[in-house]
Amino acid sequence: MKYVLLFVETEEFERDLESMSQADRDRAFELAGKWFIDNADKIRGGNKLQAAHTATTVRLDRGAEPVVTDGPFVEGKEIVSGYTEIEVADLDEALRMVRTWPGCPVVEIRPLES
Amino acid sequence: MSDAGRPSSDAAATSTSQAELARVVREHAGRLAVSLMRVTGDFATAEDLVQDAVVKALQRWPSEGIPPRPDAWLFTVARNRGLDVLRRENNYRSKLAQVQWPVQPEPDERLRLIFTCCHPALPRPAQIALTLRVVCGLTTAQVARAFLVPETTVAQRITRAKRKITDAAIPYRDPDADELHERLGQVLAVIYLLLNEGYLSTAEQTESRDLVDDAEWLATLLHQLMPTEPEVAGLLALIRLHRARVEARFDAGGALVLLQDQDRSSWDREAITDAVRLLERAARQRRPGPYQLQAAIVACHAGVDDWDATDWEQIVLLYDMLLHLEPSPVTRLHRAIALRYRAGPRAALDELDTLADTLDHYHLFHATRAELLRALGLPDQARAADQRALRLTVNPAEQALLRQRINWG
Repeated sequence: MKYVLLFVETEEFERDLESMSQADRDRAFELAGKWFIDNADKIRGGNKLQAAHTATTVRLDRGAEPVVTDGPFVEGKEIVSGYTEIEVADLDEALRMVRTWPGCPVVEIRPLES
Repeated sequence: MSDAGRPSSDAAATSTSQAELARVVREHAGRLAVSLMRVTGDFATAEDLVQDAVVKALQRWPSEGIPPRPDAWLFTVARNRGLDVLRRENNYRSKLAQVQWPVQPEPDERLRLIFTCCHPALPRPAQIALTLRVVCGLTTAQVARAFLVPETTVAQRITRAKRKITDAAIPYRDPDADELHERLGQVLAVIYLLLNEGYLSTAEQTESRDLVDDAEWLATLLHQLMPTEPEVAGLLALIRLHRARVEARFDAGGALVLLQDQDRSSWDREAITDAVRLLERAARQRRPGPYQLQAAIVACHAGVDDWDATDWEQIVLLYDMLLHLEPSPVTRLHRAIALRYRAGPRAALDELDTLADTLDHYHLFHATRAELLRALGLPDQARAADQRALRLTVNPAEQALLRQRINWG
Protein backbone atom coordinates (compact mmCIF):
# COMPACT_ATOMS: atom_id res chain seq x y z
CA MET A 1 0.00 0.00 0.00
CA LYS A 2 1.37 3.39 -1.00
CA TYR A 3 0.87 6.56 0.99
CA VAL A 4 2.16 10.10 0.78
CA LEU A 5 3.26 11.74 4.00
CA LEU A 6 2.62 15.47 3.91
CA PHE A 7 4.89 17.25 6.37
CA VAL A 8 3.27 20.31 7.87
CA GLU A 9 5.04 23.15 9.65
CA THR A 10 3.46 25.60 12.05
CA GLU A 11 4.48 29.22 12.75
CA GLU A 12 5.51 28.18 16.25
CA PHE A 13 7.74 25.41 14.91
CA GLU A 14 9.33 27.85 12.49
CA ARG A 15 9.99 30.36 15.30
CA ASP A 16 11.47 27.64 17.52
CA LEU A 17 13.76 26.55 14.73
CA GLU A 18 14.93 30.12 14.13
CA SER A 19 15.65 30.74 17.80
CA MET A 20 17.88 27.65 18.05
CA SER A 21 21.64 27.90 18.06
CA GLN A 22 23.30 26.79 14.84
CA ALA A 23 24.56 23.62 16.58
CA ASP A 24 21.05 22.70 17.81
CA ARG A 25 19.60 23.37 14.38
CA ASP A 26 22.22 21.16 12.76
CA ARG A 27 21.37 18.47 15.30
CA ALA A 28 17.64 18.75 14.46
CA PHE A 29 18.35 18.35 10.73
CA GLU A 30 20.64 15.45 11.50
CA LEU A 31 17.84 13.66 13.41
CA ALA A 32 15.46 14.16 10.49
CA GLY A 33 18.12 12.88 8.11
CA LYS A 34 18.64 9.81 10.27
CA TRP A 35 14.89 9.10 10.21
CA PHE A 36 15.01 9.02 6.41
CA ILE A 37 17.98 6.63 6.50
CA ASP A 38 16.30 4.38 9.10
CA ASN A 39 13.17 4.15 6.97
CA ALA A 40 14.94 4.01 3.60
CA ASP A 41 13.44 0.57 2.80
CA LYS A 42 9.93 2.05 2.83
CA ILE A 43 10.60 5.39 1.19
CA ARG A 44 9.91 5.66 -2.53
CA GLY A 45 10.62 9.33 -3.11
CA GLY A 46 9.65 12.81 -2.14
CA ASN A 47 11.13 16.19 -1.49
CA LYS A 48 11.36 19.15 0.76
CA LEU A 49 9.48 22.15 -0.60
CA GLN A 50 10.77 25.69 -0.67
CA ALA A 51 9.25 28.10 1.84
CA ALA A 52 5.64 29.28 1.65
CA HIS A 53 6.57 32.70 0.24
CA THR A 54 7.56 30.98 -3.01
CA ALA A 55 4.10 29.47 -3.55
CA THR A 56 1.73 30.60 -6.28
CA THR A 57 -1.88 29.46 -6.44
CA VAL A 58 -4.12 29.32 -9.51
CA ARG A 59 -7.88 29.23 -8.96
CA LEU A 60 -9.84 27.90 -11.90
CA ASP A 61 -13.25 28.08 -10.25
CA ARG A 62 -13.60 31.85 -9.99
CA GLY A 63 -15.27 32.85 -13.24
CA ALA A 64 -14.11 32.65 -16.81
CA GLU A 65 -10.43 33.37 -16.32
CA PRO A 66 -8.08 31.49 -13.99
CA VAL A 67 -7.08 33.68 -11.04
CA VAL A 68 -3.42 33.65 -10.11
CA THR A 69 -2.52 34.67 -6.57
CA ASP A 70 0.60 34.81 -4.48
CA GLY A 71 0.90 32.28 -1.63
CA PRO A 72 -0.30 28.81 -0.69
CA PHE A 73 -3.90 27.73 -1.38
CA VAL A 74 -4.89 27.69 2.26
CA GLU A 75 -4.29 30.89 4.15
CA GLY A 76 -3.32 29.58 7.50
CA LYS A 77 -0.78 28.98 10.16
CA GLU A 78 0.00 25.46 8.92
CA ILE A 79 2.01 25.03 5.75
CA VAL A 80 2.95 21.90 3.81
CA SER A 81 6.73 21.89 3.79
CA GLY A 82 7.53 18.59 2.14
CA TYR A 83 6.22 15.21 1.03
CA THR A 84 7.45 11.64 0.97
CA GLU A 85 5.97 8.66 -0.80
CA ILE A 86 6.16 5.45 1.20
CA GLU A 87 5.24 1.83 0.56
CA VAL A 88 4.12 -0.16 3.61
CA ALA A 89 1.70 -2.98 4.48
CA ASP A 90 -1.12 -0.88 5.90
CA LEU A 91 -2.08 2.27 7.78
CA ASP A 92 -0.75 0.90 11.08
CA GLU A 93 2.72 0.53 9.61
CA ALA A 94 2.54 4.08 8.24
CA LEU A 95 1.42 5.30 11.67
CA ARG A 96 4.27 3.51 13.38
CA MET A 97 6.76 5.13 11.01
CA VAL A 98 5.28 8.60 11.46
CA ARG A 99 5.22 8.35 15.27
CA THR A 100 9.00 8.42 15.32
CA TRP A 101 9.33 11.43 12.97
CA PRO A 102 11.55 13.94 14.79
CA GLY A 103 10.80 17.03 12.65
CA CYS A 104 7.82 19.29 12.04
CA PRO A 105 4.84 18.92 14.39
CA VAL A 106 2.11 17.72 11.97
CA VAL A 107 2.13 14.92 9.38
CA GLU A 108 -0.85 14.01 7.20
CA ILE A 109 -0.99 10.46 5.85
CA ARG A 110 -2.81 10.06 2.55
CA PRO A 111 -3.19 6.79 0.65
CA LEU A 112 -2.46 6.95 -3.08
CA GLU A 113 -5.19 5.99 -5.52
CA SER A 114 -3.15 3.23 -7.05
CA MET B 1 -32.62 -2.26 32.53
CA SER B 2 -31.64 -5.56 31.09
CA ASP B 3 -35.32 -6.46 31.00
CA ALA B 4 -36.15 -3.47 28.79
CA GLY B 5 -35.52 -4.99 25.39
CA ARG B 6 -35.06 -3.19 22.13
CA PRO B 7 -38.24 -3.04 20.12
CA SER B 8 -37.81 -5.12 17.00
CA SER B 9 -39.37 -4.29 13.67
CA ASP B 10 -42.16 -6.71 14.53
CA ALA B 11 -44.57 -4.90 16.83
CA ALA B 12 -46.30 -8.15 17.77
CA ALA B 13 -43.32 -9.45 19.73
CA THR B 14 -43.55 -9.33 23.50
CA SER B 15 -41.00 -7.31 25.43
CA THR B 16 -39.45 -10.42 26.98
CA SER B 17 -38.80 -12.01 23.64
CA GLN B 18 -37.36 -8.69 22.44
CA ALA B 19 -34.86 -8.70 25.29
CA GLU B 20 -34.04 -12.30 24.46
CA LEU B 21 -33.63 -11.39 20.79
CA ALA B 22 -31.21 -8.58 21.60
CA ARG B 23 -29.23 -10.88 23.90
CA VAL B 24 -29.00 -13.75 21.42
CA VAL B 25 -28.11 -11.46 18.52
CA ARG B 26 -25.40 -9.77 20.60
CA GLU B 27 -23.95 -13.10 21.63
CA HIS B 28 -23.48 -14.13 18.00
CA ALA B 29 -23.04 -10.99 15.89
CA GLY B 30 -19.35 -10.48 16.67
CA ARG B 31 -18.50 -14.16 16.16
CA LEU B 32 -20.36 -14.11 12.85
CA ALA B 33 -18.36 -11.03 11.80
CA VAL B 34 -15.12 -12.82 12.74
CA SER B 35 -16.07 -15.88 10.65
CA LEU B 36 -17.05 -13.75 7.68
CA MET B 37 -13.79 -11.83 7.96
CA ARG B 38 -11.95 -15.13 7.73
CA VAL B 39 -13.81 -16.05 4.58
CA THR B 40 -13.92 -12.73 2.74
CA GLY B 41 -10.96 -10.93 4.30
CA ASP B 42 -12.89 -7.74 3.70
CA PHE B 43 -14.22 -5.75 6.65
CA ALA B 44 -16.84 -3.75 4.78
CA THR B 45 -18.34 -6.86 3.18
CA ALA B 46 -18.36 -8.79 6.46
CA GLU B 47 -19.97 -5.87 8.27
CA ASP B 48 -22.70 -5.56 5.64
CA LEU B 49 -23.48 -9.27 5.78
CA VAL B 50 -23.70 -9.25 9.58
CA GLN B 51 -26.12 -6.35 9.45
CA ASP B 52 -28.29 -8.07 6.84
CA ALA B 53 -28.43 -11.24 8.91
CA VAL B 54 -29.28 -9.31 12.09
CA VAL B 55 -32.09 -7.39 10.38
CA LYS B 56 -33.49 -10.63 8.97
CA ALA B 57 -33.32 -12.32 12.38
CA LEU B 58 -35.22 -9.44 13.99
CA GLN B 59 -37.87 -9.73 11.28
CA ARG B 60 -38.31 -13.47 11.48
CA TRP B 61 -37.49 -14.69 14.98
CA PRO B 62 -40.37 -12.94 16.75
CA SER B 63 -42.91 -15.00 14.78
CA GLU B 64 -40.84 -18.12 13.98
CA GLY B 65 -39.09 -18.34 17.34
CA ILE B 66 -35.35 -18.23 17.96
CA PRO B 67 -33.81 -21.19 16.11
CA PRO B 68 -32.04 -23.92 18.14
CA ARG B 69 -28.69 -22.94 16.61
CA PRO B 70 -28.89 -19.15 16.18
CA ASP B 71 -25.22 -19.00 15.12
CA ALA B 72 -25.72 -21.46 12.27
CA TRP B 73 -28.96 -19.71 11.23
CA LEU B 74 -27.25 -16.30 11.10
CA PHE B 75 -24.29 -17.72 9.23
CA THR B 76 -26.47 -19.40 6.61
CA VAL B 77 -28.43 -16.20 6.03
CA ALA B 78 -25.21 -14.17 5.77
CA ARG B 79 -23.65 -16.73 3.45
CA ASN B 80 -26.63 -16.88 1.11
CA ARG B 81 -26.85 -13.14 1.07
CA GLY B 82 -23.12 -13.01 0.39
CA LEU B 83 -23.41 -15.37 -2.56
CA ASP B 84 -26.14 -13.11 -3.86
CA VAL B 85 -24.45 -9.72 -3.53
CA LEU B 86 -21.01 -10.97 -4.45
CA ARG B 87 -22.20 -12.43 -7.72
CA ARG B 88 -19.62 -10.45 -9.66
CA GLU B 89 -16.79 -10.91 -7.22
CA ASN B 90 -15.76 -14.45 -7.98
CA ASN B 91 -13.01 -14.53 -5.45
CA TYR B 92 -15.22 -14.09 -2.36
CA ARG B 93 -18.00 -16.02 -3.96
CA SER B 94 -16.10 -19.21 -4.49
CA LYS B 95 -14.68 -19.03 -0.97
CA LEU B 96 -18.10 -18.40 0.56
CA ALA B 97 -19.71 -21.18 -1.43
CA GLN B 98 -17.30 -23.69 0.08
CA VAL B 99 -17.91 -22.78 3.70
CA GLN B 100 -20.51 -24.39 5.90
CA TRP B 101 -21.29 -23.61 9.52
CA PRO B 102 -19.79 -24.65 11.83
CA VAL B 103 -16.48 -23.62 10.41
CA GLN B 104 -13.44 -24.97 12.22
CA PRO B 105 -13.60 -24.24 15.96
CA GLU B 106 -11.71 -21.01 16.02
CA PRO B 107 -10.10 -18.83 18.65
CA ASP B 108 -12.13 -15.85 19.78
CA GLU B 109 -10.95 -13.13 17.40
CA ARG B 110 -13.49 -10.60 18.55
CA LEU B 111 -10.71 -8.56 20.13
CA ARG B 112 -9.33 -7.88 16.67
CA LEU B 113 -12.77 -6.89 15.53
CA ILE B 114 -13.17 -4.43 18.42
CA PHE B 115 -9.75 -2.89 17.80
CA THR B 116 -10.55 -2.40 14.12
CA CYS B 117 -13.90 -0.73 14.91
CA CYS B 118 -12.18 1.57 17.40
CA HIS B 119 -9.15 2.40 15.24
CA PRO B 120 -7.82 5.88 16.08
CA ALA B 121 -7.94 6.89 12.39
CA LEU B 122 -11.77 6.76 12.59
CA PRO B 123 -13.80 9.55 14.18
CA ARG B 124 -15.30 8.71 17.58
CA PRO B 125 -18.99 8.65 16.48
CA ALA B 126 -18.06 6.16 13.75
CA GLN B 127 -16.11 4.02 16.23
CA ILE B 128 -19.22 3.87 18.41
CA ALA B 129 -21.63 3.09 15.56
CA LEU B 130 -19.34 0.41 14.09
CA THR B 131 -18.76 -1.25 17.47
CA LEU B 132 -22.47 -1.35 18.24
CA ARG B 133 -23.35 -2.71 14.80
CA VAL B 134 -20.68 -5.27 14.23
CA VAL B 135 -19.69 -6.36 17.76
CA CYS B 136 -23.04 -5.97 19.58
CA GLY B 137 -25.35 -6.69 16.61
CA LEU B 138 -27.45 -3.53 16.82
CA THR B 139 -29.21 -2.35 13.70
CA THR B 140 -28.62 1.13 12.28
CA ALA B 141 -32.12 2.09 13.43
CA GLN B 142 -31.39 0.96 17.00
CA VAL B 143 -28.13 2.92 17.12
CA ALA B 144 -29.95 6.01 15.83
CA ARG B 145 -32.72 5.73 18.42
CA ALA B 146 -30.26 5.22 21.27
CA PHE B 147 -28.33 8.37 20.36
CA LEU B 148 -31.39 10.38 19.28
CA VAL B 149 -29.92 11.09 15.85
CA PRO B 150 -31.48 10.47 12.41
CA GLU B 151 -30.94 7.01 10.98
CA THR B 152 -29.42 8.51 7.83
CA THR B 153 -26.72 10.15 9.98
CA VAL B 154 -25.71 6.81 11.49
CA ALA B 155 -25.84 5.11 8.08
CA GLN B 156 -23.60 7.80 6.64
CA ARG B 157 -21.08 7.48 9.49
CA ILE B 158 -20.91 3.73 8.92
CA THR B 159 -20.51 4.08 5.17
CA ARG B 160 -17.74 6.67 5.49
CA ALA B 161 -15.91 4.65 8.14
CA LYS B 162 -16.01 1.47 6.07
CA ARG B 163 -14.81 3.34 3.00
CA LYS B 164 -11.89 4.69 5.01
CA ILE B 165 -11.05 1.24 6.41
CA THR B 166 -10.87 -0.11 2.86
CA ASP B 167 -9.30 2.85 1.04
CA ALA B 168 -6.71 3.80 3.67
CA ALA B 169 -5.92 0.12 4.44
CA ILE B 170 -6.75 0.13 8.13
CA PRO B 171 -5.70 -3.42 9.07
CA TYR B 172 -7.76 -6.07 10.82
CA ARG B 173 -5.35 -7.27 13.48
CA ASP B 174 -4.48 -7.07 17.16
CA PRO B 175 -2.28 -4.11 18.04
CA ASP B 176 1.38 -4.77 18.85
CA ALA B 177 2.59 -4.41 22.43
CA ASP B 178 3.98 -0.92 21.85
CA GLU B 179 0.67 0.34 20.45
CA LEU B 180 -1.55 -1.43 22.93
CA HIS B 181 -1.84 1.35 25.50
CA GLU B 182 -3.08 3.95 23.00
CA ARG B 183 -5.33 1.50 21.15
CA LEU B 184 -6.88 0.13 24.31
CA GLY B 185 -7.51 3.72 25.39
CA GLN B 186 -9.66 4.20 22.28
CA VAL B 187 -11.72 1.09 23.01
CA LEU B 188 -12.23 2.03 26.65
CA ALA B 189 -13.26 5.57 25.65
CA VAL B 190 -15.95 4.14 23.36
CA ILE B 191 -17.33 1.88 26.12
CA TYR B 192 -17.20 4.75 28.62
CA LEU B 193 -19.22 6.95 26.25
CA LEU B 194 -21.88 4.24 25.96
CA LEU B 195 -22.04 4.16 29.76
CA ASN B 196 -22.40 7.95 29.98
CA GLU B 197 -24.98 8.16 27.23
CA GLY B 198 -27.07 5.45 28.87
CA TYR B 199 -26.49 6.72 32.40
CA LEU B 200 -27.64 10.26 31.61
CA SER B 201 -30.73 9.19 29.72
CA THR B 202 -34.10 9.59 31.37
CA ALA B 203 -36.68 7.02 32.37
CA GLU B 204 -38.51 7.26 29.04
CA GLN B 205 -35.43 6.81 26.87
CA THR B 206 -35.22 3.04 27.26
CA GLU B 207 -33.19 2.63 24.08
CA SER B 208 -30.47 4.90 25.44
CA ARG B 209 -30.55 3.20 28.82
CA ASP B 210 -29.94 -0.12 27.08
CA LEU B 211 -26.54 1.30 26.11
CA VAL B 212 -25.41 0.70 29.70
CA ASP B 213 -26.23 -2.96 29.15
CA ASP B 214 -24.15 -2.96 25.95
CA ALA B 215 -21.35 -1.14 27.77
CA GLU B 216 -21.28 -3.78 30.51
CA TRP B 217 -21.42 -6.59 27.98
CA LEU B 218 -18.53 -5.12 25.97
CA ALA B 219 -16.44 -4.46 29.09
CA THR B 220 -17.10 -8.02 30.29
CA LEU B 221 -16.03 -9.42 26.92
CA LEU B 222 -12.92 -7.24 26.91
CA HIS B 223 -12.10 -8.32 30.46
CA GLN B 224 -12.39 -11.99 29.42
CA LEU B 225 -10.12 -11.41 26.43
CA MET B 226 -7.61 -9.20 28.31
CA PRO B 227 -7.81 -10.37 31.93
CA THR B 228 -4.54 -8.74 32.97
CA GLU B 229 -5.38 -5.17 31.90
CA PRO B 230 -6.25 -3.30 35.12
CA GLU B 231 -8.00 -0.42 33.35
CA VAL B 232 -10.39 -2.85 31.63
CA ALA B 233 -11.27 -4.31 35.04
CA GLY B 234 -11.54 -0.76 36.42
CA LEU B 235 -14.05 0.29 33.76
CA LEU B 236 -16.05 -2.91 34.23
CA ALA B 237 -16.16 -2.29 38.00
CA LEU B 238 -17.27 1.31 37.37
CA ILE B 239 -20.13 0.15 35.13
CA ARG B 240 -21.23 -2.50 37.63
CA LEU B 241 -21.12 -0.05 40.53
CA HIS B 242 -23.43 2.28 38.59
CA ARG B 243 -25.82 -0.48 37.64
CA ALA B 244 -25.98 -1.80 41.22
CA ARG B 245 -27.51 1.51 42.28
CA VAL B 246 -29.61 2.32 39.23
CA GLU B 247 -32.99 1.63 40.86
CA ALA B 248 -32.40 4.39 43.39
CA ARG B 249 -31.58 7.05 40.79
CA PHE B 250 -35.17 7.67 39.72
CA ASP B 251 -38.28 7.92 41.89
CA ALA B 252 -41.62 6.29 41.09
CA GLY B 253 -42.54 9.22 38.84
CA GLY B 254 -39.31 8.96 36.83
CA ALA B 255 -37.69 12.02 38.45
CA LEU B 256 -33.96 12.09 39.17
CA VAL B 257 -32.98 11.51 42.82
CA LEU B 258 -29.65 12.97 44.00
CA LEU B 259 -27.13 10.68 45.69
CA GLN B 260 -27.66 12.12 49.15
CA ASP B 261 -31.43 11.56 48.93
CA GLN B 262 -31.31 8.05 47.48
CA ASP B 263 -32.86 5.08 49.23
CA ARG B 264 -29.72 3.05 49.80
CA SER B 265 -31.65 -0.05 50.79
CA SER B 266 -32.53 -0.52 47.10
CA TRP B 267 -28.86 -0.75 46.14
CA ASP B 268 -27.71 -4.21 45.09
CA ARG B 269 -25.22 -4.98 47.88
CA GLU B 270 -24.02 -8.23 46.35
CA ALA B 271 -23.24 -6.59 43.02
CA ILE B 272 -21.42 -3.78 44.82
CA THR B 273 -19.28 -6.28 46.77
CA ASP B 274 -18.41 -8.15 43.57
CA ALA B 275 -17.47 -4.94 41.76
CA VAL B 276 -15.29 -3.78 44.65
CA ARG B 277 -13.54 -7.15 44.69
CA LEU B 278 -12.89 -6.86 40.94
CA LEU B 279 -11.46 -3.39 41.49
CA GLU B 280 -9.23 -4.55 44.34
CA ARG B 281 -7.81 -7.34 42.19
CA ALA B 282 -7.03 -4.79 39.48
CA ALA B 283 -5.45 -2.39 41.98
CA ARG B 284 -3.06 -5.11 43.15
CA GLN B 285 -1.23 -4.77 39.84
CA ARG B 286 -0.21 -1.25 40.87
CA ARG B 287 -0.92 0.22 37.44
CA PRO B 288 -3.48 2.88 38.38
CA GLY B 289 -5.48 4.64 35.69
CA PRO B 290 -8.44 6.98 35.31
CA TYR B 291 -11.07 4.23 35.16
CA GLN B 292 -9.80 2.45 38.27
CA LEU B 293 -9.74 5.76 40.13
CA GLN B 294 -13.26 6.72 39.03
CA ALA B 295 -14.48 3.29 40.10
CA ALA B 296 -12.69 3.74 43.44
CA ILE B 297 -14.50 7.06 43.99
CA VAL B 298 -17.87 5.48 43.20
CA ALA B 299 -16.94 2.56 45.47
CA CYS B 300 -16.41 5.04 48.34
CA HIS B 301 -20.03 6.11 47.96
CA ALA B 302 -21.38 2.64 47.30
CA GLY B 303 -19.59 1.20 50.32
CA VAL B 304 -21.44 3.21 52.98
CA ASP B 305 -25.04 2.84 54.10
CA ASP B 306 -25.62 6.44 54.88
CA TRP B 307 -24.62 9.77 53.33
CA ASP B 308 -23.20 11.11 56.62
CA ALA B 309 -20.71 8.24 56.80
CA THR B 310 -19.12 9.20 53.45
CA ASP B 311 -15.30 9.29 53.61
CA TRP B 312 -14.76 12.68 51.94
CA GLU B 313 -11.09 12.76 52.87
CA GLN B 314 -10.50 9.64 50.81
CA ILE B 315 -12.68 10.88 47.94
CA VAL B 316 -10.82 14.21 47.67
CA LEU B 317 -7.54 12.26 47.70
CA LEU B 318 -8.73 10.01 44.87
CA TYR B 319 -9.75 13.10 42.86
CA ASP B 320 -6.25 14.50 43.43
CA MET B 321 -4.77 11.29 42.00
CA LEU B 322 -7.18 11.39 39.07
CA LEU B 323 -6.24 15.01 38.34
CA HIS B 324 -2.58 14.08 38.50
CA LEU B 325 -3.07 11.38 35.83
CA GLU B 326 -5.59 13.23 33.72
CA PRO B 327 -6.04 16.93 34.40
CA SER B 328 -9.51 18.13 33.40
CA PRO B 329 -11.75 21.02 34.45
CA VAL B 330 -14.74 18.67 34.86
CA THR B 331 -12.76 16.49 37.29
CA ARG B 332 -11.79 19.65 39.18
CA LEU B 333 -15.48 20.52 39.39
CA HIS B 334 -16.24 17.13 40.91
CA ARG B 335 -13.34 17.52 43.32
CA ALA B 336 -14.79 20.88 44.42
CA ILE B 337 -18.13 19.19 45.14
CA ALA B 338 -16.35 16.69 47.40
CA LEU B 339 -14.27 19.47 48.96
CA ARG B 340 -17.48 21.11 50.21
CA TYR B 341 -18.01 18.24 52.64
CA ARG B 342 -14.42 18.20 53.80
CA ALA B 343 -13.59 21.92 53.97
CA GLY B 344 -16.94 23.69 53.77
CA PRO B 345 -18.96 25.47 51.06
CA ARG B 346 -16.79 28.61 51.04
CA ALA B 347 -13.61 26.67 50.18
CA ALA B 348 -15.52 24.72 47.52
CA LEU B 349 -16.95 27.92 45.99
CA ASP B 350 -13.50 29.54 45.86
CA GLU B 351 -12.17 26.47 44.07
CA LEU B 352 -15.15 26.48 41.71
CA ASP B 353 -14.74 30.13 40.79
CA THR B 354 -11.27 29.42 39.41
CA LEU B 355 -13.04 27.29 36.77
CA ALA B 356 -15.47 30.02 35.67
CA ASP B 357 -13.70 30.70 32.37
CA THR B 358 -13.50 27.12 31.16
CA LEU B 359 -16.83 25.76 32.46
CA ASP B 360 -19.14 28.73 31.89
CA HIS B 361 -21.14 26.73 29.34
CA TYR B 362 -21.46 23.57 31.46
CA HIS B 363 -24.76 23.25 33.33
CA LEU B 364 -23.29 21.29 36.26
CA PHE B 365 -20.89 24.15 36.97
CA HIS B 366 -23.82 26.53 37.54
CA ALA B 367 -25.96 23.92 39.32
CA THR B 368 -23.08 23.25 41.73
CA ARG B 369 -22.53 26.96 42.29
CA ALA B 370 -26.23 27.27 43.09
CA GLU B 371 -26.00 24.57 45.75
CA LEU B 372 -22.96 26.18 47.34
CA LEU B 373 -24.51 29.67 47.29
CA ARG B 374 -27.64 28.26 48.92
CA ALA B 375 -25.50 26.60 51.61
CA LEU B 376 -23.83 29.98 52.20
CA GLY B 377 -27.22 31.68 52.71
CA LEU B 378 -27.34 33.48 49.35
CA PRO B 379 -30.68 32.28 47.86
CA ASP B 380 -31.04 35.01 45.21
CA GLN B 381 -27.64 34.33 43.68
CA ALA B 382 -28.36 30.60 43.98
CA ARG B 383 -31.59 30.95 42.02
CA ALA B 384 -29.82 32.93 39.29
CA ALA B 385 -27.19 30.19 39.00
CA ASP B 386 -29.88 27.48 38.80
CA GLN B 387 -31.61 29.43 36.04
CA ARG B 388 -28.32 29.61 34.16
CA ALA B 389 -27.93 25.83 34.57
CA LEU B 390 -31.47 25.23 33.38
CA ARG B 391 -30.81 27.11 30.15
CA LEU B 392 -27.72 24.98 29.51
CA THR B 393 -29.07 21.44 29.94
CA VAL B 394 -31.24 19.54 27.48
CA ASN B 395 -31.70 16.52 29.75
CA PRO B 396 -35.37 16.48 30.87
CA ALA B 397 -34.67 14.78 34.23
CA GLU B 398 -32.04 17.35 35.12
CA GLN B 399 -34.30 20.17 33.92
CA ALA B 400 -37.09 18.95 36.19
CA LEU B 401 -34.78 18.87 39.20
CA LEU B 402 -33.48 22.38 38.52
CA ARG B 403 -37.00 23.78 38.04
CA GLN B 404 -37.99 22.32 41.37
CA ARG B 405 -35.03 24.03 43.05
CA ILE B 406 -35.76 27.37 41.39
CA ASN B 407 -39.37 27.21 42.58
CA TRP B 408 -38.80 25.83 46.08
CA GLY B 409 -35.12 26.26 46.86
